Amino acid sequence: MNFDTQVRRIYKPLLFVACLLPAARLVAGACGIAGQSLGTDPVHEILHTCGKWTLNFLLITLCVTPLRELTGLNSLLRLRRMLGLFAFTYACLHFLSYLLLDQGLDWHAILEDIVKRPYITIGFTALLLLLPLAVTSTNRMMRRLGRRWQKLHRLIYVIALLGVWHFYWQVKADVREPLIYAGILTALLGYRSWRTGRRSAPALRAGARAASMMANSTSSPPPMVSGGTGS
Amino acid sequence: MKRADIPRIKPSEITPYELYVSRRRLLSGALALGAAASLPAFGSDAPQGAPLKFIRNTALSTTQAPNTYEEITNYNNFYEFGTGKTDPAANAHALRARPWSVSVTGNAEVTGTFTLEDILKPHALEERVYRLRCVERWSMVIPWVGFPLADLIKRFRPTSQAKYVAFKTLYDPKQMPGQRYGVLDWPYVEGLRMDEAMHPLTLMVVGLHGRVLPNQDGAPLRLVVPWKYGFKGIKSIVEIRFSSTQPPTSWNIAASNEYGFYANVNPEVDHPRWSQKRERRIGASLFDQNQPTLKFNGYEEQVASLYRGMDLARYF
Repeated sequence: MNFDTQVRRIYKPLLFVACLLPAARLVAGACGIAGQSLGTDPVHEILHTCGKWTLNFLLITLCVTPLRELTGLNSLLRLRRMLGLFAFTYACLHFLSYLLLDQGLDWHAILEDIVKRPYITIGFTALLLLLPLAVTSTNRMMRRLGRRWQKLHRLIYVIALLGVWHFYWQVKADVREPLIYAGILTALLGYRSWRTGRRSAPALRAGARAASMMANSTSSPPPMVSGGTGS
Repeated sequence: MKRADIPRIKPSEITPYELYVSRRRLLSGALALGAAASLPAFGSDAPQGAPLKFIRNTALSTTQAPNTYEEITNYNNFYEFGTGKTDPAANAHALRARPWSVSVTGNAEVTGTFTLEDILKPHALEERVYRLRCVERWSMVIPWVGFPLADLIKRFRPTSQAKYVAFKTLYDPKQMPGQRYGVLDWPYVEGLRMDEAMHPLTLMVVGLHGRVLPNQDGAPLRLVVPWKYGFKGIKSIVEIRFSSTQPPTSWNIAASNEYGFYANVNPEVDHPRWSQKRERRIGASLFDQNQPTLKFNGYEEQVASLYRGMDLARYF
């Protein structure tokens, strides 16, 4: 069995189960199974756990590309969609627990929160931006959108920024933990901009070559030339 | 204050600790779809610490069911021991709450350093079940044991210059590991206007649930002002100062746009980042925690006169 098959048949199902563990722990805590408990403030515990795992999965998803490039293990890409969808799942659970447990479906208060409280406004915006990414995560949508798919999915950079900001803005005084998230996100985005910068020089040369080829062969249709600066 | 307006209960009508806890457990267990197995073995959360002698002040107590000892002592803010809610319970063992002394300074005829025993000696202890509303939107009901701050203040005979009372928490990073990180400007300081300090509801607390106050809840001596957000209730007090000017207060120093000197519980004045209209009652069943917050935390009738004519949105 080659590595790619291993990833599909073994690692991906294992990872799927692992991704469910934080939610499973909450369910176990709520039902008191396996010695788990939600502590003294269960509503806060549920909200906070789902929110933090949304951020964790966003950052883990953003780790896939650098890891693939640094290790050369292209099969890692097979795990990215699932990780991204788990970020979306935990974001939905976070929002649902806010609606149901924290606000008790008081729609007036919820609307006021979303409009008036900046940290809730940006959290809600991040959730809305995740929606199109989840909807277009299928193979069919990838094919249909073509190159626009990649452009659209770069929204994850904005979403992750908003998510970390949402976390930073709601702590009272101790910003150490949100700053750790901000640091990791900076490193992940920094890696991308560093790599793009490094690649742009050869890419420009390649572009120029293609352009001159195009000029030399006016009869053939123009070749598909990409700038080479994709994500 | 019109005492007649406060519902009275006879001591005989008060349910003993074990009984109401087991009742609540039963109820929450049933509501949590038969999740009774989740509850810790009964008895594991029985109050710790030496029992205190006190009388129950039912006139000044709420009739709402108190939170358990377990809840009160394992979920609170005491940044001197860490910023997580369970950090105080985990780290407060390092605090040496005895021997303890309190220095009294400023505009008073009697000043100096007093041992804890000197401070406590003349005061009869009473239990008062107060609501506690945290600025973070959670709330509890706590049976404190203590005595009126007014009775203590009178012993020092403050002069006419004394317009405010300032309090200071112990500063010792060895005993209070949270002070090694500058999340607040240590030591923690708080203050009250003299009329607030002299109000009969304002309590100096030495115990809860009938037992000596555990370290994580502010041993050996803390302040409780039930109509204000919880952070006004300064813990592990080592200094009381009578001041002619409004003293600085820790959270106001940290973020003056978010935390004022008064910090009266007020659903009409939002925190800049969240609404204060509702609160989450710790210990209520999962879908029944969201409750409306009352003005002055439900003590409006007793304390509103202190703030007559003041713009509470400005003096938040």
